[in-house]
Amino acid sequence: MRAYLVRRFLFMVVGWWLLSVVVFIVIQLPPGDFLTNYIAGQEQAGTFLEREEIESLKLYYGLDRTPIEQYFYWAGRFVVGDLGRSFGSWRSAEQPVTKILAEVLPFTVILSTLALIFTFAVAIPIGIYSATHQYRPGDYFFTAVGFIGLAVPNFMLALLLMYMLFKYFDITAGGLFSPEYALADWSVEKVIDMLQHLVVPVVVLGTAGTASTMRVMRGVLLDELGKQYVITARARGVSERKLLFKYPVRLALNPIVSSTAYILPGIFGGNAIVAIVLSLPMTGPVLLTALRAQDMFLAGSIVMVEGALVIFGTFLSDILLALVDPRIRQERAVAA
Amino acid sequence: MTEEQAPVAAPESGALTDEDVILELNDVRTYFELDEGTLKAVDGVSFAVRRNETLGIVGESGCGKSVTGQSILRIVPKPGDTQGNIWLRRNGETVDLASLHPSGREIRDVRGRDIAMIFQEPMTAFSPVHSVGNQIMEAILVHEDVSKQAARERAIEVLSQVGIPEAERRVDALPHELSGGMRQRAMIAMALVLRPKLLIADEPTTALDVTIQAQILRLMQDLQKEMGMSIMFITHNLGVIANMADQMIVMYLGRVVEQGSVETIFGEPQHPYTQALMESIPRIGLTRGERLSSIAGTVPVPLNPPEECGFSSRCPKFIPGRCDAKVPDMIESSPGHHVRCVLYE
Repeated sequence: MRAYLVRRFLFMVVGWWLLSVVVFIVIQLPPGDFLTNYIAGQEQAGTFLEREEIESLKLYYGLDRTPIEQYFYWAGRFVVGDLGRSFGSWRSAEQPVTKILAEVLPFTVILSTLALIFTFAVAIPIGIYSATHQYRPGDYFFTAVGFIGLAVPNFMLALLLMYMLFKYFDITAGGLFSPEYALADWSVEKVIDMLQHLVVPVVVLGTAGTASTMRVMRGVLLDELGKQYVITARARGVSERKLLFKYPVRLALNPIVSSTAYILPGIFGGNAIVAIVLSLPMTGPVLLTALRAQDMFLAGSIVMVEGALVIFGTFLSDILLALVDPRIRQERAVAA
Repeated sequence: MTEEQAPVAAPESGALTDEDVILELNDVRTYFELDEGTLKAVDGVSFAVRRNETLGIVGESGCGKSVTGQSILRIVPKPGDTQGNIWLRRNGETVDLASLHPSGREIRDVRGRDIAMIFQEPMTAFSPVHSVGNQIMEAILVHEDVSKQAARERAIEVLSQVGIPEAERRVDALPHELSGGMRQRAMIAMALVLRPKLLIADEPTTALDVTIQAQILRLMQDLQKEMGMSIMFITHNLGVIANMADQMIVMYLGRVVEQGSVETIFGEPQHPYTQALMESIPRIGLTRGERLSSIAGTVPVPLNPPEECGFSSRCPKFIPGRCDAKVPDMIESSPGHHVRCVLYE
């Protein structure tokens, strides 16, 4: 178990390092460096920088060094939490990247986690139902719903839900708070209000992964249900319900747990358009504007942080997998 | 098939008349309704299993011998459906297993406690993520109201009984930590932990290598003597039958074609199919260079089978107009020796 965890941890660290190289290349890719852009931007705004000022900026950003030195300089600063400065693509203010991330990242992470939980909470029971009722009306119904879910784009679902909530329940789904609570101090009512506003984004973000997870669960479970160990257990008198949950369901959870690594990027990636439609403070829109304005430190940092979180999520799912499956805990089993 | 006669004393009332018979099948049919038609995997099988006796069921792949075993425990996979009577003597009463709901309380009580089953695949017979001991204990805990600790002790006891060394340690082993032979022993332990009256062994040694096969067969014989139980031994291996069984049944295409004691059938095989099977066994003394005979053609699939002798398409003694006229009746050709062939009518 320990060897397994250490190995997985090292994989995670290596993953982070590879990611940082890619992100750094992305930051470096646009023609010219960001300082040139910055100076041009300042000149357009009518401010001309002094030569010494430019030199000191160059020194601050390490632009006088080779790309490799620059990488280590950037990476070193990244590790200690200095993500560089955004030059004003977000809310038109030149400010540290960390400050922007502090606004949007926690909420993004919370919402993504909730969406992931929603995905599992909906998909796993439906998958079990579909597999145990194969080719019966319920199975066909959920299959149809699943494919519709796969086909409908996120933002479409978001608009639809917003419209329906407003029309039939008189709830404004956009934003994080209702107008009356937006500036109010924190209170129980405000939290309830916020939770109400979270429902739509969680459903919208979670639905994307639900359809595929449901299909995976159904397929794997059908496979497991026909296995010999299920028949053996039945032959010793175990009841169908107990049998189902003790053996095949548990084994079918393995691929679901490992698929977290695929669902998580989808949730992070899907948030841009949903966040714009629902006007939520998430990383997606920030990344979008940063990319359009070539605000490379901001864009790079978001890609880096989210990428790192996805890799961390994979690490967590590896741990979870080891908890579910004892064969993984003791990878090197001694043959008796 | 109206004048079909059950070969072994089939009581009219459903009560087992012969005190010695613990299980009796009467005209058991297990059909699978498929899109392509009706697959008659087991088509009117009747036989009886006596106390402490080993009954061998032999036949090629697809003859219905495994489905017969599954039908008794009512664990035939969907969409299989079992009709007929499967009488089991149980606590002084006779229960018709064929009439029970396949996932109901009563049949679950029978499974594992009265009739246990072991299977061909020791590799996959245990859940890979639960310990062997856990799955043996489950067999106990499902049927008896005992503590986990007591169940665990019995699991250890039965594991050492089937010859697994260091059973106290192995009880916590995951299936992949045991070798194939050990796993088969563990499966036997699981089946026998409640001392069932009947053990259905479905090709229990087919997946093992020859030396281990012999060990497992010996183990089963020893345990049979020790515990006093009947064994229904399903196999395609005539050599194993000759070794293990007292009575035997030859099945072909879902039907019993010959039935009798092992001595009679090996001594004087009557059905052309049984004869062909016997000739395909390698023997010492066979002239060097002589080829083993094989049975011409392949086993047909019993999908919407015609009303004729199932072996007629491959039979060297095929008589047009008789073999394909109807399904031959089961005839008692000599005392205790039954055969389903027009040659003996």
